Amino acid sequence: MEGRVHSLESFGLVDGPGVRYVVFLQGCRMRCKYCHNPETWSMEGGELYTAKDLFEKAYRYKTYWMKNGKLNGGITVSGGEPLLQTEFVTEFFRYAKEKEIHTTLDTAGNPFTMEEPYLSKFNALMEVTDLTMLDFKEIVSDKHKELTGWNNENIVQMARYLSDLGKDMWIRHVLVPGLTDDEDGLFELRDLIRELKTVRRVEILPYHTLGLEKWKHLNIPYPLEGIDPPTPEQVARAEEILEVEKYH
Amino acid sequence: MNNYQEWDGFEGRIWKDEVNVRDFIQKNYKPYDGDEAFLADPTDATNKLWGALQKLQKEERAKGGVLDCETEVVSGLTSYGPGYIDESMKDLEKVVGLQTDKPLKRAFMPYGGIKMAEQAAESYGYEINPELKHIFEDYMTTHNDAVFAAYTPEMRLARKTHVVTGLPDTYGRGRIVGDYRRIALYGIDYLIKAKENDKLNCGCGNMYDDVIRQREELTMQIDALKGMKEMAKIYGYDISQPAKNAKEACQWLYFGYLAAVKTQNGAAMSVGRISTFLDIYFERDLKNGVLTETEAQEIIDHMTMKFRMVKFARIPSYNQLFSGDPTWATLEVGGIGMDGRHMVTKTDYRFLHTLENMGPSPEPNLTVLYSSDLPEQFKKYASHISIETSSIQYENDDVMKPVWGDDYSICCCVSATQTGKEIQFFGARANLGKTLLYAINGGFDEKHRIQVGPKMERITSEYLDYDEVIEKYDFWLDWLADIYVNVLNLIHYMHDKYYYEAAEMALIDTDVRRTFATGIAGFSHVIDSLSAIKYAKVKVIRDADGISDHFEIEGDFPKYGNDDDRADAIGVWLLKTFMEKIRRRHTYRNSEPTTSLLTITSNVVYGEATGAMPNGRAAYTPFSPGASPSYGAETNGLVASLNSVAKIPYHWSLDGISNTQTINPDALGHSKEERVGNLVQVLDGYFDQGAHHLNVNVFGTEKLLDAQAHPEKEEYANFTIRVSGYAVKFISLTKKQQDDVIARTCHKTR
Repeated sequence: MEGRVHSLESFGLVDGPGVRYVVFLQGCRMRCKYCHNPETWSMEGGELYTAKDLFEKAYRYKTYWMKNGKLNGGITVSGGEPLLQTEFVTEFFRYAKEKEIHTTLDTAGNPFTMEEPYLSKFNALMEVTDLTMLDFKEIVSDKHKELTGWNNENIVQMARYLSDLGKDMWIRHVLVPGLTDDEDGLFELRDLIRELKTVRRVEILPYHTLGLEKWKHLNIPYPLEGIDPPTPEQVARAEEILEVEKYH
Repeated sequence: MNNYQEWDGFEGRIWKDEVNVRDFIQKNYKPYDGDEAFLADPTDATNKLWGALQKLQKEERAKGGVLDCETEVVSGLTSYGPGYIDESMKDLEKVVGLQTDKPLKRAFMPYGGIKMAEQAAESYGYEINPELKHIFEDYMTTHNDAVFAAYTPEMRLARKTHVVTGLPDTYGRGRIVGDYRRIALYGIDYLIKAKENDKLNCGCGNMYDDVIRQREELTMQIDALKGMKEMAKIYGYDISQPAKNAKEACQWLYFGYLAAVKTQNGAAMSVGRISTFLDIYFERDLKNGVLTETEAQEIIDHMTMKFRMVKFARIPSYNQLFSGDPTWATLEVGGIGMDGRHMVTKTDYRFLHTLENMGPSPEPNLTVLYSSDLPEQFKKYASHISIETSSIQYENDDVMKPVWGDDYSICCCVSATQTGKEIQFFGARANLGKTLLYAINGGFDEKHRIQVGPKMERITSEYLDYDEVIEKYDFWLDWLADIYVNVLNLIHYMHDKYYYEAAEMALIDTDVRRTFATGIAGFSHVIDSLSAIKYAKVKVIRDADGISDHFEIEGDFPKYGNDDDRADAIGVWLLKTFMEKIRRRHTYRNSEPTTSLLTITSNVVYGEATGAMPNGRAAYTPFSPGASPSYGAETNGLVASLNSVAKIPYHWSLDGISNTQTINPDALGHSKEERVGNLVQVLDGYFDQGAHHLNVNVFGTEKLLDAQAHPEKEEYANFTIRVSGYAVKFISLTKKQQDDVIARTCHKTR
């Protein structure tokens, strides 16, 4: 089956454990105000790949995934929102698992639902996914909607579901001053994380303005005009609240 | 069996009875598996001397790049009395010896060409003594005079249009590494005896020209050895006997190198592979309790300081080719022996540590002979040094060792040569990009508006046809190989005759192996051009004379640098095709032809001489350097680009395949430890695929832009970056080259 690929990065070092081959899929329904890849929103465009061809392309980099004879790296599917192409990702990961390659899913969880037929497809994906990086935008649902255009109940549900399934996950949170850094919200997020049994790492991703040019290029007004990246102190405080150290 | 008291404690037999440094090393060195914790900080003496030198370097920059220039004395082994970094601190210098009587003063070296020596001085406001000028112009033949006297009109044309370019006809060819270790191990007298014996056995009395020449060369070598002894005496040392301790070993060795740079202004004046050798002396002294680690590091720091000081007076056009005042004092660390033991010693660490003790520096051109089998600790330390200083390069020992053994040196930026057994005839580059335009335009030069080579049929179709282009290109590559090899034959004949490297050759075996090192410029642009013609539609836009002005591309095409076999295969084909054409020709002194994909900073000059190309590259803009992909062509990230380069077979390009990459620190990992580990992992992955070379820069484009805007900032005084095959101080590059470096792809997170 074919998937829509926005772009490929052969050398990702911050997209999962070790050296990663990163596939950015095309298409996302969320409209995060700080999105740094707005060009991946559209469901159209991108380049079509079969899962097999894409895997063969990725597998050429296997020599870079080894450290002292042990696997330290693999493939990561990001986006866009990869869960919009769940079946494609599943097939892609299946090829990887045949070669015992580590697979990471980088998602914001928005398409997740406990309804069928989706849930069966998601379960199939989880069978071949080693790690899920869940980008948790905001814990308070109303604020989540304000920030991304969507509520987050299903995302919280997904985190709990992964925990119940025993699937490893990393929780990531983009820290935008004045928007996603209020302490009450962070404490609430911490409580959720504490409740989860399979969190292996918690990461604060400081908001950056590198995506700004892309918004301009796409002629979309940038909603966060004038907001600066967080200071190191702000990042440190958020890391303290979310108990980042505990998971390292 | 020969024996010296200075050899007490050394094992082995063969090396005592004949000059055989490799045997000495193998019998005596001790691999070191530990980490860097043992390393010592700089001493007060080091800080004082380095402080004084940095002050001088600052003055040098303030004066436009040259601090002082000789106008009265012709450079030779004994032209000057002793010189020191600072007369008042001369007792602090653990290793002594300058090229002239003053630090950073550039010598007058007219044998390569009086005109150039004069121009070099003039361009910095100095005037050569008219009497010296008169002698060299009227009574002497210099290398440059001789070459130009013999050039054919067609050769002059090819040179003028830069289809063959950067030729060593106006400067010393360099790339000859004397085995300077020999002086430390044997002392000069032993070496003189060995050369005298060679002379006795040179020929059977029949005077053929090769015998006559060899006898004359041996005489010059013996004279040079005697001269080295005199030179050392000026500094109060007797180097007739072997060195008796580590300090002397470094000093003796350095005198050999000093003899080379006093008599030759070669483009590349490499130091060679000395770390494992010297470590044997350091280990002996440490074991005997006569030296501390701090003292050991001090000696290495001071010796390295000397390598940082080597300077030559160059003409402006030379500086455009090789920007940033490089000398390629290349020095290797690491590597693995033929018996499987790695050759990393504490002294390998000590040399890398100079970049911490005295800050980043382009010289000496520190090169790690890499293998994924090197000890993990050492790989991590090298990676740490890369991340902190961007001052070192990596070359794949696993591909070089089968060809050159385990005692090779890097004789230029990246080219290997067996130490003490081999020399190179350096051949600069042939411009394969321009040659593609000759194929399209029938040999009419797009820039100079003249016919070069035979007047052939032009391509007249609106859209380029792949088969037609290849057929014509093949003819022109053949023409190019022919004129290129012959130009080089002529240059090296004259260089041997009028500017012979007696001092270096005296430290190399008499029965020497010679390689004929050709080179390719424009590699990535030819690949992408041919790929565009093959996989997209390329329309020729011609000027009024019917010559290609630029090209319009319809559709997409695979580009070199994305691990796409369609494009990469064209690269391999191009290399093999050109190399085969070179091999068919007679090469001077039966040297073995090799080729390289490395262009130093000359990619800017070659690019400026070359019109628009079918891949969409605009006219007269820089080529990408060496084997690196075209700027902006890489869209799949760093390791996809590395994979493309790794596909080029080293045995077809034995002179080297240079690749430069810049990585943003943030893209390399979150923490320092993560970055170090990740860089090691990438190096392992890249070199395990058989790739040859990698320059690693770790910084973002913002830093370059800031350095360009504020060169006066203290933090940029020693800001060093790797370019094709060597390192330079960024602020000493020309504006054009700075722009070129900024334009190069920087791999960052997205």
